[in-house]
Amino acid sequence: MSPTPYLVLSVILFTIGGAGVLLRRNALVAFMSVELMLNAANLAFVAFARMHGNLDGQIVAFFVMVVAAAEVVVGLAIIVTIFRTRRSASVDDASLLKL
Amino acid sequence: MTSVLSSVTGGSAAMADWAVPLAAGATESSGGSTGEQVVFWVMAPLAVLGALGLVLSRKVVHGALSLAVTMISLAVFYLVLEAPFLGVVQVVVYTGAIMMLFLFVIMLVGVDASDSRVETIRGQRAAAVLAVLGVVVLLTAVTGRATLPDPAGMEQAAPDGNVPAIADLIFGTYVWAFEVIAALLITAAVGAMALTHREQIFARPTQREQAERRFREGRPEDAAGLPVPGVYARHNAVDTPALLPDGTPSEASISRVLVARGAARSVDEFSLSGPAGTDAPDETSGDDAEAGDDASEAGDDTAKGGRG
Repeated sequence: MSPTPYLVLSVILFTIGGAGVLLRRNALVAFMSVELMLNAANLAFVAFARMHGNLDGQIVAFFVMVVAAAEVVVGLAIIVTIFRTRRSASVDDASLLKL
Repeated sequence: MTSVLSSVTGGSAAMADWAVPLAAGATESSGGSTGEQVVFWVMAPLAVLGALGLVLSRKVVHGALSLAVTMISLAVFYLVLEAPFLGVVQVVVYTGAIMMLFLFVIMLVGVDASDSRVETIRGQRAAAVLAVLGVVVLLTAVTGRATLPDPAGMEQAAPDGNVPAIADLIFGTYVWAFEVIAALLITAAVGAMALTHREQIFARPTQREQAERRFREGRPEDAAGLPVPGVYARHNAVDTPALLPDGTPSEASISRVLVARGAARSVDEFSLSGPAGTDAPDETSGDDAEAGDDASEAGDDTAKGGRG
């Protein structure tokens, strides 16, 4: 099976994630949409790795997963800290560069 | 989804997608192309539905769960794409760890935290929808029209299987990236702890100090802590007041938050009618006073918070 359907699916998931980042005001939903975009890129990596018969794409996807895990840990800690001081999880409320 | 695909890639390509797999499956060395098509066309709509559920759902919890559906279907795609290691990692790391971390934070921040409907920038929503549609049309047109070769397969790259080949690459070619990523993970963990750490400004009052304060405030009956809520083994017992030795329910034993929400129950619901009923609750509350030292501590803390 040609990689084209996988790429089209990856594009669709990526743009849905981008729509979530642009449209939703809740910090958690925006953050999950970023995760969705990362996953869509991973799908393209794996599809291309199979097309080329080369494992490097899978390695890159693996590294992307690890970096995403680190990013989630720090991002959620920031969201929790902001929520503690502002009692809100909306990205609009955190408009000052201080806690 | 299929309509978008076929309309963009053009009629002939769509026909090829649907009609040729039988012929292509015969020629492909790896075989199983028909099965792959079936898996793809079953899981791809699921993945897209999960992603749409994340963006469109009102409640954050529903969004998180539908994103978990997308993650799992992506894991299936990885398995189909001859990347079993990544498929397992996707399930363990994303669905198991990251999404559950998200769910924990959602519980912490509040399930009811919903979006504001106010647009902070005028026309931002319409512009965002327009931009997203433009990007999806552009990228689908580009990827759909590209003529890509059939997959070469992983037999040459990974003759001994996927996991040994990936191990060779990670601990050989990419060993420095691997080390740097390990340092990054450690830094992220330390950073998260530093961010969420709360400094204890005042010394924590000991039990003795609390008892002395209660005596000084003139309520020696609470000197050993407030009474714990009753345990009747029929439901979640924090909403039921405890019975005092004389049989009357104690208002101080349940949290004021529950009373304000109207979630507190009255003891009369559970009392047995007749003289035999007066003994049974006393027994349970006596057991509870012995067994629930920790619970009395916790209840004491919440009661203190309620009183300010």
